[in-house]
Amino acid sequence: MKSDRKLVAHLMRRAGFGATPSELDQLTAEQTYDEIVEDLVNPQRFHEIDMSYVERYYTGEPVAVHVGKWLYRMANTKRPLEEKMALFLHHIFPVAWGKSEHGPSLYNEINLFRNVGMTNFGKILLELSKDPAMIFWLDNNENHKDEINENYGRELLELFSMGVGNYTEDDIKNASRSFTGWTFRQPLSLYPYGHHEAVFQFLPEDHDYGEKEFLGQRGNFDGNDIIDIIVKQPATARFLSRHLYNFFVEDEVQVPSWETVPPKDPQAIEELSTAYMESGGDMKVVLKTLFSSEFFKESSRRPKVKSPTELIVGVIRQTGEFSKPKPGIHEFAVTTLNGSAIEGPLAVMGQRLMNPPTVEGWHTGFEWIDSGTLSERVGFVEKQFSDPNKPGVAEMLSKAGTLDDDPEQLVGRCLDLLGALTVSDETLLSLNTYAKTLSNEKDNAGVHNLIQMAASSVDYQFA
Amino acid sequence: MATKSKDKTLVVVQMTGGNDFMNTIVPFTNGHYYDARKKIVMKQEDVLPINDTLAINENAAPFKRLYDEGRMAIIQGIGYPDSNRSHFRGMDIWHTCEPDRVGSEGWLGLAIQELDPKSENVLTGVNIGQGLPRAMSVAGVPVTSISDLEGYGVMNQIEKEQLRDKALQAFKDIYGQAIGTGVVSEYIGKTGLDVLKGADLLGDVASNYQSTVEYADNSIAKSLKDVARIHLNGLGTRIFYTNHGGYDTHANEMPTHPKLMSDLSGAISDFLDDLDQHDESDNVAILVFTEFGRRMRDNGSGTDHGSGGGAFLFGKNVKGGLYSEYPSLAPSDWEHGEDLKHTIDFRGIYGTVLEQWLDLDAKPIVKGEFEQIKPFYI
Repeated sequence: MKSDRKLVAHLMRRAGFGATPSELDQLTAEQTYDEIVEDLVNPQRFHEIDMSYVERYYTGEPVAVHVGKWLYRMANTKRPLEEKMALFLHHIFPVAWGKSEHGPSLYNEINLFRNVGMTNFGKILLELSKDPAMIFWLDNNENHKDEINENYGRELLELFSMGVGNYTEDDIKNASRSFTGWTFRQPLSLYPYGHHEAVFQFLPEDHDYGEKEFLGQRGNFDGNDIIDIIVKQPATARFLSRHLYNFFVEDEVQVPSWETVPPKDPQAIEELSTAYMESGGDMKVVLKTLFSSEFFKESSRRPKVKSPTELIVGVIRQTGEFSKPKPGIHEFAVTTLNGSAIEGPLAVMGQRLMNPPTVEGWHTGFEWIDSGTLSERVGFVEKQFSDPNKPGVAEMLSKAGTLDDDPEQLVGRCLDLLGALTVSDETLLSLNTYAKTLSNEKDNAGVHNLIQMAASSVDYQFA
Repeated sequence: MATKSKDKTLVVVQMTGGNDFMNTIVPFTNGHYYDARKKIVMKQEDVLPINDTLAINENAAPFKRLYDEGRMAIIQGIGYPDSNRSHFRGMDIWHTCEPDRVGSEGWLGLAIQELDPKSENVLTGVNIGQGLPRAMSVAGVPVTSISDLEGYGVMNQIEKEQLRDKALQAFKDIYGQAIGTGVVSEYIGKTGLDVLKGADLLGDVASNYQSTVEYADNSIAKSLKDVARIHLNGLGTRIFYTNHGGYDTHANEMPTHPKLMSDLSGAISDFLDDLDQHDESDNVAILVFTEFGRRMRDNGSGTDHGSGGGAFLFGKNVKGGLYSEYPSLAPSDWEHGEDLKHTIDFRGIYGTVLEQWLDLDAKPIVKGEFEQIKPFYI
């Protein structure tokens, strides 16, 4: 053993979508914890997933198709942190299909997040500001030299970089002026050519070249200059660090309260902010600092409720149902019944991927849970694990043992088979009691029930 | 079937996206309407007049019947000052009665807390649909949210009864033990126990239900049928909530809006007939609302977000008719030069149903005193 199994399982749940028992066997046998982190932050060491087979099953424009393809990618990528960062950026820069000029721009945006997620935060903000989906979502195409639209300028400062309280209304106005003329165009007309991806376009005649004052600096700024200034602000370092902490380490209160509620772990935010400032916003450095830190290693018992996406992809990985391309994965987003589309478990659990509710993104943490979403979570897990012929389920059943075994050992194996799931002492006690009552039953469906129960537990709702 | 419910019940239907009030209750003799609306317009031959100036969209023919029977109250020009055009913020304001700050407590959640202060019945408030609306959410107030009545609950996949009983016991143990293991675990544990309680109560709902009313096959009809099935079982639900989506008609309004009107009006009249058939209509009122109306002028394909919409009340004990005033359509009266000006505050209508229907003190819930109407017989 080169690394600790529970710790690596924790790392893979947070930095990815969970590891299967055989993946854990391999990782812990071959690599130290630090080497695994190093691999995670260097996705280029692994082949990019081949999506060509999947594409054959999923053609067309409906958003569900694209959500399906994304879920497939999350479940099967060899670059889990790259995909997790794409999801992270989708959480904090939420653009919804409900207001996109057309689908392909939104799908390209997710690809953009995948490509820039582990570069530099300045690059991320720059690409975001040039992204047609974002430009349309926050009306920067309506931001003109003679008629400013402040929507993007405001959210860039309030939600995407520094947070409320670190700039003035004048700063918003001047940031907005600097982004005038940043718009997009369609390469071909919709009719008869159909939907093609829009591209960024700068219109010099619509840009305000005048002098601006922004965060105490003066100049004939454009969007590039504004981003250069933003990324050097300690407020940006702290705000991004808190976002990363909230996404990877422990649930924070919702973003609008950050101005008044201090971070759960101020020391951790300080460490991450220092890494950000010293590296000039290098995401790899910041992420490596995060995953190598003591606060991260100790965070497996701190509350971090799985998002519906994390829950569903984690389950798909464990059942192995979609480890090879096959049709049907889009049904996790939308199912069609009698010709009319009904929403799939992802939406019922509260996360319409690629369709976040507001520019503020999803409310996360315990707000994912209410009686309806919890009933859906438990029902979903039960159903997904119910088919003994799914490869992952078959493997679990063959390795778990029988009801004649010592109940505590049986429970221990079931938890390990669910990706070295850590549960509270109370849950462990309840599962042991359950295993004992099942052993009187002499029905081998019992072992199967036990696995389903462990995956239905309170503890399974946490990442 | 269980005993008749004596307590009054409120059913709230949210038309999500901002219903086009002018194309629902049509000012069919007003020239300003026809001047402003070029394409997204109800022609005089496509409406069902209720008086000399107003008519119901012909796609909502069941509403005309309910209006004629005196069971439909039309609340004209409902809104609030400086109506917010964002769906999210707009809906938030309607849900929390907090136009000036971001509120977190829903008005119906607060009402549920008053109706059932000790949280004795997890079904006092029931949402039919996906995800709990903010209107119903208040920390510590259990609300049962059902997206699929038949599938509600846990461990439904286990067929053998003996194994299923054991699984339910284990689930109860695990979720019950979470009490005292940290705030979030505790919250999840309690929610899990609420699911069990709710599922227990709801277990026989589907099989107990019998009716000759045939609801249509669309989302709002299915939701209101679920409301009927639960209500007719007498499980003590005082507030039901459901939403009917698709009203954000920026584009393609003319093919979209008629279907919404027909689905909604059909579902509501079927629901009321169903209650009648079971002699259960005395104590049920339905409030239908939307977050805002739409712009005076159309945009050629649809209409953009506006203000000054309309709400409706239905029920046997609702005094049918017109309430408040239809906003003036004269261009000189338009708010911001393009919108209908509201004529009654939505918080007064909430106050009306809270005080006059549910016998609650409205002031702390809607945060103030607002003009009410008198739409109930009892």
